[in-house]
Amino acid sequence: MKFRVDRDALAESVAWAARSLPSRPSVPVLAGLLLDVSSTGEAAAEQSELRLSGFDYETSARATLPAEVIAEGTALVSGRLLADICRSLPAHQVEITLDGQRVSLVCGSARFTLQTMPVEDYPALPGMPEQAGSVASDAFAHSVAQAVAAAGRDDMLPLLTGVRVEVDGTRISMMATDRFRASMVELEWSPERSDVDRQALVPARVLNDTAKSLTSGARVGVALADPGAAEGLIGFQGEVGGGTRRTTTRLLDGEFPRVRQLFASEPTTQVWVETAALVESLRRVSLVAERNTPVRLGFEADRVLLEAGSGDEAQASESLSVHLTGEPLSIGFNPGYLLDGLAVVDAPWCHLAFTQATRPVSIAGAPEEGSDPDLSFRYLLMPLRLQG
Amino acid sequence: MRGGYGDDSGCPILHVDMDAFYASVAIRDRPELRGRPVIVGGGHRGVVLSASYEARVHGVRSAMPSMRARRLCPQAVVIPPDFRLFTTVSAAVMETFRAVTPLVEAMSLDEAFLDVSGARRRLGSPAQVAEHLRTRIADEQAISCSVGVAATTALAKLASRRAKPDGLLVVPRERATAFLHPLAVDELWGVGDKTAEQLRRLGLQTIGDLAHTPLSLLRRALGPLTADHLYDLAWGGGRTTVTPRRHVDEPDKSMGADETFSRDTDDPEVIRRELLRLSRRVTGRMRTAGVVGRTVTLRVRFADFTTITRARTLAEPTDVAVEIYAAACDLFSRLGLQRARLRLVGVRVEGLTAATDSYRQLTLDARPSGWRDAERAADQAASRFGDSAVVPAVLLRTRRP
Repeated sequence: MKFRVDRDALAESVAWAARSLPSRPSVPVLAGLLLDVSSTGEAAAEQSELRLSGFDYETSARATLPAEVIAEGTALVSGRLLADICRSLPAHQVEITLDGQRVSLVCGSARFTLQTMPVEDYPALPGMPEQAGSVASDAFAHSVAQAVAAAGRDDMLPLLTGVRVEVDGTRISMMATDRFRASMVELEWSPERSDVDRQALVPARVLNDTAKSLTSGARVGVALADPGAAEGLIGFQGEVGGGTRRTTTRLLDGEFPRVRQLFASEPTTQVWVETAALVESLRRVSLVAERNTPVRLGFEADRVLLEAGSGDEAQASESLSVHLTGEPLSIGFNPGYLLDGLAVVDAPWCHLAFTQATRPVSIAGAPEEGSDPDLSFRYLLMPLRLQG
Repeated sequence: MRGGYGDDSGCPILHVDMDAFYASVAIRDRPELRGRPVIVGGGHRGVVLSASYEARVHGVRSAMPSMRARRLCPQAVVIPPDFRLFTTVSAAVMETFRAVTPLVEAMSLDEAFLDVSGARRRLGSPAQVAEHLRTRIADEQAISCSVGVAATTALAKLASRRAKPDGLLVVPRERATAFLHPLAVDELWGVGDKTAEQLRRLGLQTIGDLAHTPLSLLRRALGPLTADHLYDLAWGGGRTTVTPRRHVDEPDKSMGADETFSRDTDDPEVIRRELLRLSRRVTGRMRTAGVVGRTVTLRVRFADFTTITRARTLAEPTDVAVEIYAAACDLFSRLGLQRARLRLVGVRVEGLTAATDSYRQLTLDARPSGWRDAERAADQAASRFGDSAVVPAVLLRTRRP
């Protein structure tokens, strides 16, 4: 195996493919990154490329980039080390050669020699399922970041660490909940077939990392295994420079809570408040909120009073002007949970809809004061109450 | 009376300890047992909760495995404990204390610290108050107790132990070190097996040896906190105040319950069922005391008596049995036991705070009336119809292990 590649393209691709490698692999070969410049049936002979693959049995990553192939072959080297080296290389073309049990990497006058691991022990990566459609990469990353805001982080409840993705015609819905809050986003996409109707439960962390990492191309292809397939799998594919990036990840199993119906209730109080101002005040006031204690929000006709802390400890309060319709209301929230939602509203105003102090608030963005909320993203949060 | 009165001025702290409490209460109602060795304990598998002085002569001690006690004293009469009765007698005794002073700190069902400095004009000196209490308890409850009178709680406790049974001992302020220094180091409050072993390795046998060891050496050997504390105690220091509390459980930072199986078991079903029973027992007491807690500790004792504990901190404090039980089960399954035989399991909730000032994050999926309300309703039913009025189905047909 011997090939030459562009330094920047290599560094970027290696960093991308190595990012999902396990830091403590169950089998040593899984810490490896597979370098492959053998010609395959699908790749045209004259269009030679380097394929980089990483896999941890859950998530696979494959990057391709143009390379000048001198001798075909494959090699498995430590992904983390290769990523560290590539990041630090000088601006010259890189030549990589397999020499017996070692791989040598030459860039300008810099020269590295790496140990290889046995290629035959490396597991086969799962195949990319059939593409179901594509979505604008920026909008996708933005929506995913909103959806994962409510995803659970407790590995004890694996089901809730997922984002439920529902594809129905030209619309994708994504939902997450950790039982204390729930999020739901909707966005348009271009399906391959207009009657597509599919659901998948995707690990939230992988989904967010992947969506963020595929923003350099214009669109992201979404591939879903057939509902009847032995193993649930979702794939994402994007174009970067002259190469491609593909990720597959195993879907989570289980009956996801019905998040959509949680958003149904009719509000008795609606509040419009400037998003940035609310976020800043909350950050200040919550400095004195002890663990498991709320920021209390007292909504009146044209103001909200934010308070935290208790008489025995430090206290803080601040007031903001708001636009309110309906009944005044007092309610307390975990400040961290509230800020998680407000941080991804991404609109100048936010719209808060309440029913009672024991029921959740529904948060959405609004283009201006008093206008209808933009329901493409909604965040639902349950209050924090005295045990009594 | 042994010990006699010494100078009890400046000794306002009383430690009152019932003599062989469970055994005395049990014998009181069964005169035919008087003068015979009696052991109160949980059958052939449990430990001795209390032994009459006639049984103690044979070497039987509290907390000793029942099997061993029976070998030492085969003629002993073994009585199962009746906690309802013990609790009633204990409450009556504590009431007697509180008639003397509001400063009563219950340490367990059968012992308490009292600060009687405010009773001097009404009832006399601390030693006179102590005699008054001993007489009243003997009259009203027909059981005996021993009282230590001293300037600190640690000294009073040591004194009551020296006064047993049915005695009174005053440790006058100026005689504190003379009283303390000849005693063995492991008599000091807070010196357990491990610390005693460390002290013995330093060649320290008596409290006097400890008192005359350079503090710097002790600090190196025991760590600065323990060393300072023990050194202070060895010179007659320590706590001189009494914090009123009615029950042992009241202001405690933790509550727990243990159960020894009737036979060692490796059946996860049996163990989980016991964890549920214990979780319910603990949370019932927590709800009565109005506290919630965040840390759940599981204690497991294997057939060979090795004991391990594992703890897990919940996202927020609770007094709901179902939640404590879930955490205990999770801790249990994480032990990954492969058919290990267990002798005992215990569930404890730590980090208790008053329920009235703790918050609860509501969940989207729970109906407004959740487990918490269900368990409160069960508490009310139990208070009217007895403990078995409302019981989880899995506990229905099983007998106590």
